[in-house]
Amino acid sequence: MHIDLFGSLPLIVIWLALGAVGIAIQAFVRDNTRLVFGYYAGTLVLTAVLALITASHKGQTFEGMITVGGFANYFDVLFCGAGLMAMFAARPYLQREGAELDEYYTLLVSAVTGMMLMAHANNLLVLFIGIELMSISFYVMAGFLRTNIRSVEAALKYFLLGAFATGFLVYGMSLVYGATGSLQYDAIAKVIAANASPFPMLLAIGGVFLAVAMSFKIAAFPFHQWAPDVYEGSPTVVTAFMSTAGKAAAFSAFIALFTALMPSSSVMTPQFQQMLAVVSAITMLIGNITAISQQNVKRMLAYSSVAHAGYLLMGIVANSADGHSAIVFYVTSYVFMQLGAFVVVGVLERGNEHYLQLSDYAGLAKREPVLAFVMSVFMFSLAGIPPFAGFFGKYLLFVSAIESGHTWLTIVAVFSSVVSAYFYLGLIVKMYFTESSTEHLPTSTGLAGVTLAVTTAASIVMGLFTSQLLSVFGTWW
Amino acid sequence: MGVVALLAALFAPLVGAIALLFIDREQTKAIKVVALVTTVGTFVASLFLLPAFDASTASMQFVIDLPWITSLDAGFRIGIDGTSILLVLLTTLIMPIALLTSWTPITKSVKEYYVLMLVLQFGMTGVFMALDTFLFYVFWELILIPMYFIIGIWGGKDRIYAAIKFFLYTLVGSLLMLVAIIWLGLAAKAAGIGFTADLMKLRMIGPSIPMDVQMWLFFAFGLSFFIKVPLFPLHTWLPDAHVQAPTAGSVILAGVLLKLGTYGLIRFNLELFPQSSAEFAEPICAFAVIGIIYGALVAMVQTDIKKLVAYSSVSHLGFVVLGIFSLTVEGVQGAVIQMVNHGLSTGMLFLCVGVLYERRHTREISQYGGITSVMPKFAVLFAIAMFASVGLPGLNGFVGEFLTLLGAFRSPFLGSWTYAVISASGVIFAAVYLLWMYQRVMFGTNDNPANKHLRDLSRIEYWQLVPLAALIIWIGVAPRTFMDLSEQSVRAVVSKVEHFKFGNHAH
Repeated sequence: MHIDLFGSLPLIVIWLALGAVGIAIQAFVRDNTRLVFGYYAGTLVLTAVLALITASHKGQTFEGMITVGGFANYFDVLFCGAGLMAMFAARPYLQREGAELDEYYTLLVSAVTGMMLMAHANNLLVLFIGIELMSISFYVMAGFLRTNIRSVEAALKYFLLGAFATGFLVYGMSLVYGATGSLQYDAIAKVIAANASPFPMLLAIGGVFLAVAMSFKIAAFPFHQWAPDVYEGSPTVVTAFMSTAGKAAAFSAFIALFTALMPSSSVMTPQFQQMLAVVSAITMLIGNITAISQQNVKRMLAYSSVAHAGYLLMGIVANSADGHSAIVFYVTSYVFMQLGAFVVVGVLERGNEHYLQLSDYAGLAKREPVLAFVMSVFMFSLAGIPPFAGFFGKYLLFVSAIESGHTWLTIVAVFSSVVSAYFYLGLIVKMYFTESSTEHLPTSTGLAGVTLAVTTAASIVMGLFTSQLLSVFGTWW
Repeated sequence: MGVVALLAALFAPLVGAIALLFIDREQTKAIKVVALVTTVGTFVASLFLLPAFDASTASMQFVIDLPWITSLDAGFRIGIDGTSILLVLLTTLIMPIALLTSWTPITKSVKEYYVLMLVLQFGMTGVFMALDTFLFYVFWELILIPMYFIIGIWGGKDRIYAAIKFFLYTLVGSLLMLVAIIWLGLAAKAAGIGFTADLMKLRMIGPSIPMDVQMWLFFAFGLSFFIKVPLFPLHTWLPDAHVQAPTAGSVILAGVLLKLGTYGLIRFNLELFPQSSAEFAEPICAFAVIGIIYGALVAMVQTDIKKLVAYSSVSHLGFVVLGIFSLTVEGVQGAVIQMVNHGLSTGMLFLCVGVLYERRHTREISQYGGITSVMPKFAVLFAIAMFASVGLPGLNGFVGEFLTLLGAFRSPFLGSWTYAVISASGVIFAAVYLLWMYQRVMFGTNDNPANKHLRDLSRIEYWQLVPLAALIIWIGVAPRTFMDLSEQSVRAVVSKVEHFKFGNHAH
């Protein structure tokens, strides 16, 4: 068996850092969160650098089970970056809540490792391992405030529903395997493209099951119901991480998996596209319309996260290189703006239940001008108003959807964007246009300030570099 | 020189806004001075466009074309022609005046206010200069954010409602425009020149799009502009926004923001979709005429001066739309000059309302009466603004309204003189509501004790109004100075529409 060691460096390094060295450090050094924090931050930086170095080294290894280079490496960098930002935000948050244990960082890095496997997967089993590694880390992280009943409830709910989704995933995989005779993406694609499966019905059902499982992971209708409860109950810094990087990881797998399942020559592709288009349309409508009536900011952002899964699905529906580039671009900007927004919520809240209401944000611009400013940047960006990053991603998604003949979907997206503007603006109204009713709580951002600075800057200037990013993406498909 | 002036006029406000960020927020005086100097400097820079501008050509001048998103051929493309130069100058003129009106009334969050004002100017100038659909859209939406905050933070009692309504109305229109922009780009791709946002290329593609598709694109662009204008029945955001906005906000809304819509109609709807423009000229003019009459009638029954002026805008902008969709040289020329006129005269009316409001903190007409006796200087300038708005010959309003009516009367596309005749009655109504308002506020006996000792205009107020009054008289007496600038551009647009409607041999 030939192993492309150079290409697999990012995966191998993070694996060893986590599995061998990380465990050893925790075994011998007790309760030194600062050391563990520094160690894992270093690990993520190193992995991201290695992913950048090996990005142009494209190929497959481990008998074709792993893809290296190209877009998988871009996602590595994104996951590591999101992980770092989440770590910076988590430290002051967990210290304030009195829940900082060094295991938190281990879990976070193991989630990142799972995400990287998902992006690198070229085989259904590798995908499965990646998804499980990420999800199980998330289950534990969701319940990390273990004396807080809402956190524990979120973890349990997430675990039960996640297990259910895993059932669909494995069942779908087995059906696809039965219908095509392979677990490798490219081998599956070959059979489907030639319309040569002896069991087209099984293949179709398997494909639908895989779509169901992925819809769970990205929180798309009708499998989105877990998301608001879990996102609301989990510690905010965990929500910030799993609703962004987790979604990006699911989309990286979604792209690779459905490129294989929907080759243009397959007779099933139009039906799949249609099914996903309907899911996409309903997801964005449900997410945005439900968000309007939310009084809890965290829950509102959770529904907004559902809606964004709907927008992102447009790129899968388009089923083209442009569509996939659009997803990668949009999901990147989404990671910045949504993560930043949750971090602001995390800085302001107390004990996972206080100061989370919309009314608590009244007059925030007076009390915390900087936090109010960055929050409004995130809100405008999430609403897709230029010149912020969210607009450029949306534009790219719209282009790809219209080009693939889904103008109606774009028009639905347009109207749901208007709906979304209403609640994003609602928060700005509270912060800027109304007077404060609650007493002034002293807040300190601490390390989270780094995260906020990075996410704000990215949300503002990312649009300027659209061309450069796209030309990088363009070389991958 | 032209290119430098163009860049300076566009970017100076942005530079000023960034500079303001570095001034301590307690230094309100310094903030105001820097902002004012920026806008005055921008105005002076924009004046340098005039000597460099060649009025004998319809083509775009001082064009800058830099790549931005190459794969979608969206670029930083700016330039101006005869239509946009007037509107750029109007913008740069109105802004320092708007800042002067804010000098004393704005005391809350001074720094944010001036930063937003300058960003607003950047966006508005950008809209008038953009020669790229993508860039145009970015500027178009960029305007929403500062205006939303200006209404929402420094506005009146119902400011939140007004701000959200303003934002969502505009957003509905503009997002559909975004879909149309993408579709146009794809039409260019289908025509073999690749996906593009380059307006100059799209102008050639536009007319070749089959009518069944072109119609939808026409309305997707049109809806966005009709909301902004606003055309009846899409006008309901306007009275709220106007009444709730602080004086400077109203001046900018009336002076510049509404023109973004009418400018867009000429720049995009007429130039890109000539066949659809000809096809739908009649229904659109019908709505314009309804707007003229409706706006005037509603203005007549207002008891709040600011609301009255706001509804008069609905009526006046109806003339602009009528002129544009008469699709004649007279009509479109009249529309262009009427845009400038409305900016000057309605802007000035709002300033006058602001002057009264600053003294009495009420805008109810019944609270006033006999103000002339205590504020003689104000009375003269208020009268000039009022008469300009009525359309008195010798002042600017007459020129624009006369030309648009003439255009509507002779238009081969409308084919009926009824549009012109009914609209002309709007001029009469305007005389009724404005003169009546002026009479109730300024004449009669000054018997309200609160009005006995009102100060006349301060020096700052006086110098806000005088330049506008001078321009109002200038355009009224010698409109050629301004209309020569736009004539070739207007002729080119109109002949393009005529070409597609009647073939080569018409005229």
